[in-house]
Amino acid sequence: MIKQVLFTAMLLVSSISFAQLKVGDVAPDFKLLNTNMQMVSLSDYSEYEGVVVIFTCNHCPYAKYYEDRMKALNEKYEQKGFPVIAINPNDSVAYKTDGFSYMVEKAYDFPYLLDNKGVYKKYGATKTPHVFLLKQENNGFKVAYIGAIDDSPQDETQVEEKYLEIAINAVKQGKKPKYSSTKAIGCSIKPFK
Amino acid sequence: MKKFVLILVIIFGVNTLFLKAQQPSVVKADELVKRIESPSDTLYIVNFWATWCAPCVEELPVFESSIYKSDDTIIKILLVSLDFKQAYPSLDLFLSKHNITEDVLWLNEKNPNTWVDKIDKSWSGAIPATKLYYGSKQLFHEGQISIDQLQKMINNLK
Repeated sequence: MIKQVLFTAMLLVSSISFAQLKVGDVAPDFKLLNTNMQMVSLSDYSEYEGVVVIFTCNHCPYAKYYEDRMKALNEKYEQKGFPVIAINPNDSVAYKTDGFSYMVEKAYDFPYLLDNKGVYKKYGATKTPHVFLLKQENNGFKVAYIGAIDDSPQDETQVEEKYLEIAINAVKQGKKPKYSSTKAIGCSIKPFK
Repeated sequence: MKKFVLILVIIFGVNTLFLKAQQPSVVKADELVKRIESPSDTLYIVNFWATWCAPCVEELPVFESSIYKSDDTIIKILLVSLDFKQAYPSLDLFLSKHNITEDVLWLNEKNPNTWVDKIDKSWSGAIPATKLYYGSKQLFHEGQISIDQLQKMINNLK
């Protein structure tokens, strides 16, 4: 009886919350369609020091606030070995403007991938935007930081701490980031069914 | 004198007719937490939402205290808006348009990293999100919620 209760309880817990990747975990590989109609995999990036994976979308106001900052990040850090890969996990049935053609219109300088395979779930992304900083280690990419890009979504001029940049710079120096994870408000993901 | 009173009544009556929704009061996260965590026999249902969040707006009708059964416990619903600063002045219009009669508060915070954990450590920051407080007991739900789910959470709290 006790076993049964325990089992049900475990089942309940696992069905309610899927585990989020933790800092130090191996980052799962993915293969998703980019806006240039090419497939992009995390393993394509093995020559880079790290990758900034950002689950984002078109419709969410918080994601919109960060569009320019994402572009600037890629511009600054791609050459330093940390390119940006943006992934849109939303189904356009839920949000029309998250559809593929609208992603193409963004014309980002970095890959903008459509996640119709539930990659967001493997990472434990719950919202847009949701950042996972990955660093290259001997046996693949590992998670170095999870959370927000900075501390002032609405007003870039009010930013005091650039959480993600602080983390990238620490990783580059082989140090532990000041913040291994931060919290941000975002739009809950409406995935493909 | 009678006439004067009558005029007063008319003016007041007309006023209340048009004053459907009040501009939500502004709170800081600490003030909110203090209010809902202070010991009382009220069961608080706190929903975090925003006018720009489609699933949040869709589930607003769920947050109507008269729907829920809780014996003699008072249920108090607080709708905490995470709308952007520039949207605050037009919140009252939205509320009257959607016939929102429960209490709405507007959270005046800049950096989510400083307050999201104060509401619930397990909250990733995605909205909608709902937290229940009753005495020293708390329950948290991230994502959309149904009337049935909310009633179950109320039952589990008591």
